[in-house]
Amino acid sequence: MLIDIGFILGTMFMYATPLLYTALGGAISENSGVVNIGLEGMMTIGAFSAATTSYFLQNPWIGFIFGGFAGALLGLVHAVACVSYRADNVVSGIAINFLGPGIALFLARHFFGGTTHTKILDLDKKMPRPFDGVFEQNSFFDLILNQYATMFIALFLVFVVHFVFYYTRVGLRLRSVGEKPTAARTVGIRVVLYRYGAVIVSGFFAGLGGSSLSIAIVSHFWHPLISGQGFIALAAMIFGKWKPIPTMFACLMFGFSQGIAVFLGRVIPATYTELVSMIPYALTLIVLVLFVRRSRAPSALGGQVDE
Amino acid sequence: MTETDAVKLTNITKRFPSVLANDNINFVLKKGEIHALLGENGAGKTTLMNILYGLQRADSGTIEVYGRPVSIHNPNDALSLKIGMVHQHFMLFEPFTVIENIMLGREIHQCGVLDRKKARKKVVDLSESFGLTVDPDSYISEISVAMQQRVELLRILYQGADILILDEPTAVLSPQEIVEFGAILRKLVTSGKSVIVITHKLKEIIDFADRCTVVSRGKVVNTLSVSDVDAHALASMMIGHELQAQVQSHKNAPGPRLLSLQNIYAEDDRGHTAVQGVTLDVHAGEILALTGVDGNGQREIIEVLAGVRKASSGSILLRDQEIQNYSPRMLYESGCANIPEDRHKDGLVFKFTVAENIALRTYRNYVEGPFLRFDKMNHDAVSLIQDFNIYPADPMHAVGEMSGGNQQKVIIARELVDNPEFIVAAHPTRGLDVGAASYVQQSLVQEKERGAAILLISFDLDEILQIANRIAIIYNGKIIAVKSASDLTREQLGLGFAGIAE
Repeated sequence: MLIDIGFILGTMFMYATPLLYTALGGAISENSGVVNIGLEGMMTIGAFSAATTSYFLQNPWIGFIFGGFAGALLGLVHAVACVSYRADNVVSGIAINFLGPGIALFLARHFFGGTTHTKILDLDKKMPRPFDGVFEQNSFFDLILNQYATMFIALFLVFVVHFVFYYTRVGLRLRSVGEKPTAARTVGIRVVLYRYGAVIVSGFFAGLGGSSLSIAIVSHFWHPLISGQGFIALAAMIFGKWKPIPTMFACLMFGFSQGIAVFLGRVIPATYTELVSMIPYALTLIVLVLFVRRSRAPSALGGQVDE
Repeated sequence: MTETDAVKLTNITKRFPSVLANDNINFVLKKGEIHALLGENGAGKTTLMNILYGLQRADSGTIEVYGRPVSIHNPNDALSLKIGMVHQHFMLFEPFTVIENIMLGREIHQCGVLDRKKARKKVVDLSESFGLTVDPDSYISEISVAMQQRVELLRILYQGADILILDEPTAVLSPQEIVEFGAILRKLVTSGKSVIVITHKLKEIIDFADRCTVVSRGKVVNTLSVSDVDAHALASMMIGHELQAQVQSHKNAPGPRLLSLQNIYAEDDRGHTAVQGVTLDVHAGEILALTGVDGNGQREIIEVLAGVRKASSGSILLRDQEIQNYSPRMLYESGCANIPEDRHKDGLVFKFTVAENIALRTYRNYVEGPFLRFDKMNHDAVSLIQDFNIYPADPMHAVGEMSGGNQQKVIIARELVDNPEFIVAAHPTRGLDVGAASYVQQSLVQEKERGAAILLISFDLDEILQIANRIAIIYNGKIIAVKSASDLTREQLGLGFAGIAE
């Protein structure tokens, strides 16, 4: 029983990791006033880039950072469209969601001899697990804590982003830009600069989220790897009221439902596995319907500003 | 070098695509004075100040600050010249605290980490030395409009402004708060600040200002010392001709009871009981003014009577017929009209034309099969445009591009066209200049004389005392007094606003 709980909690942390990065990215972009539904596409390109770089350089850390930069590049595209050219944020985001996987598949064919997936990393070339071998294998604590380094970094980043948002000058200004850009401008804040910065960093985080999937949770990139996780992260961010710490709990909740799904998948007949794996997605819908009315988005979200 | 001039604007001209907003304007703000900039909406006051504050660029002309020629490209330039501006629509951030709002853009920090303690001290010091009371740790969404204004003032003082530009600062204040505001202005100038107040309220100018510059249609009409003029002369200068005689309201004997609110309770958006057992009768042929400080339940009553908010209990009778919780359409069909509080949000569809806005109530008259007869709609609008003196006289003109006064006339045309029996008029002259306001008041008086029952929600004491037959004072969601207008003085009304009724 204790082992089962450990298994579910461990799975929760594992599946929450990519959501955490991506949802934090979403929170950064949206607190600056730019809607980012392109998270999915940014995750995809990040996942592909990380897997590819890790494979060729045989170093997961470089791959991880590279995944972030790939996401940031798509973030830049989104920023140019939304901030400079005043594109509708949602439309631009949808375009990003086609662009990300498109580029990823194209490059995969190019680098890996026509296949649509990257080569599988050797186990010792994946993200390391800092607590590997500290606890007895498959013991309660081993199941929970023996996670990839990316998980611990994600949790750490939650508090970093929280600190930046609420305790620093950059954070205050960022939120002011998302709340009332005209007013921010009258006190001399450079709205366009902040929005560019936020959307690019948002892409970087989403890229890290994709990386944490392709070089840690699994060991290569293939087409349906991301399959909606960018959107779940977006839902988690909304459920988390656009704030880092509540967003973390939302991500953990989605991770938990994934843990339940995986656990049930092992104990119930195979005919039901598809139904069970729908749990996280169904939960997304339920949560959005029940809670989103009560949360408050940044006022200027999706709006445009004159400079 | 004239050291006594804080600001000197010379030959400022600014042209917008369709209008010459500032035409060779000359303006001098002396050091240590309160200078009122007076003019109708659209006269070019705000444009001129936006130029001084760097939000807009003049096409030609020069700006001198303390005798030095300067060029101001953006608000940062203005701030470094110690010019600060409080905008008509507050530039505050609701989810931020008072301190965060004040320090934004000029944060006290260490290596990028905010030093809230130091900032708090600076804010508290400033607030004490100028008598600007605020709760430094409250969120903007939690504080009153008057306090929000003090936050705005503190913000520009915190930024180090010596020259303060205040755009329509009293529009949102109650009469009591306006008096306090005047005292604050005095304190500011005695401590060496110079203040420009943009306004179109004549009484305030006489009360607060040292000098005043009258602007009309982009040109300066005159700059004069306030002690040399009276309100009447100012009004004539502002609108460019003699103001028509004051709106006359015959205190005619009211007819039978037409509308009756009986023990109405209603909740506000946050679920608090904002209206707590209001009982009121409005008779045919009378204007009943409902007044009080903003936020005492007026909005909820307005919305209940407009059919957009449900009363939680109580009943509303129109000629003894129960109408509470009717839909807006049912109310309209039973003879109720509604001039809403916020013409931007609730009154008009800005992107629609004048004709379409007028037809929002009556569009069913223009239905032919699945189509709307726009030709008929425009044709009908033309006659209303004439009747209500709407400018520009074009049914196809987008309402969003019209002046506030003309927008209000569009609403009034729509609401009054069918001779309603009962009219709710919520702050019908708010933000309008003298000419447009007197037109609106005139229309209400005419409706009353026709026999309509009018509930006027307003906190403009002049307006209330001028046109209302009876006055009801609301405080904390309850009616604390209903009196005949002739029995009430301004002082009694002021006390009533504070919740004191004898």
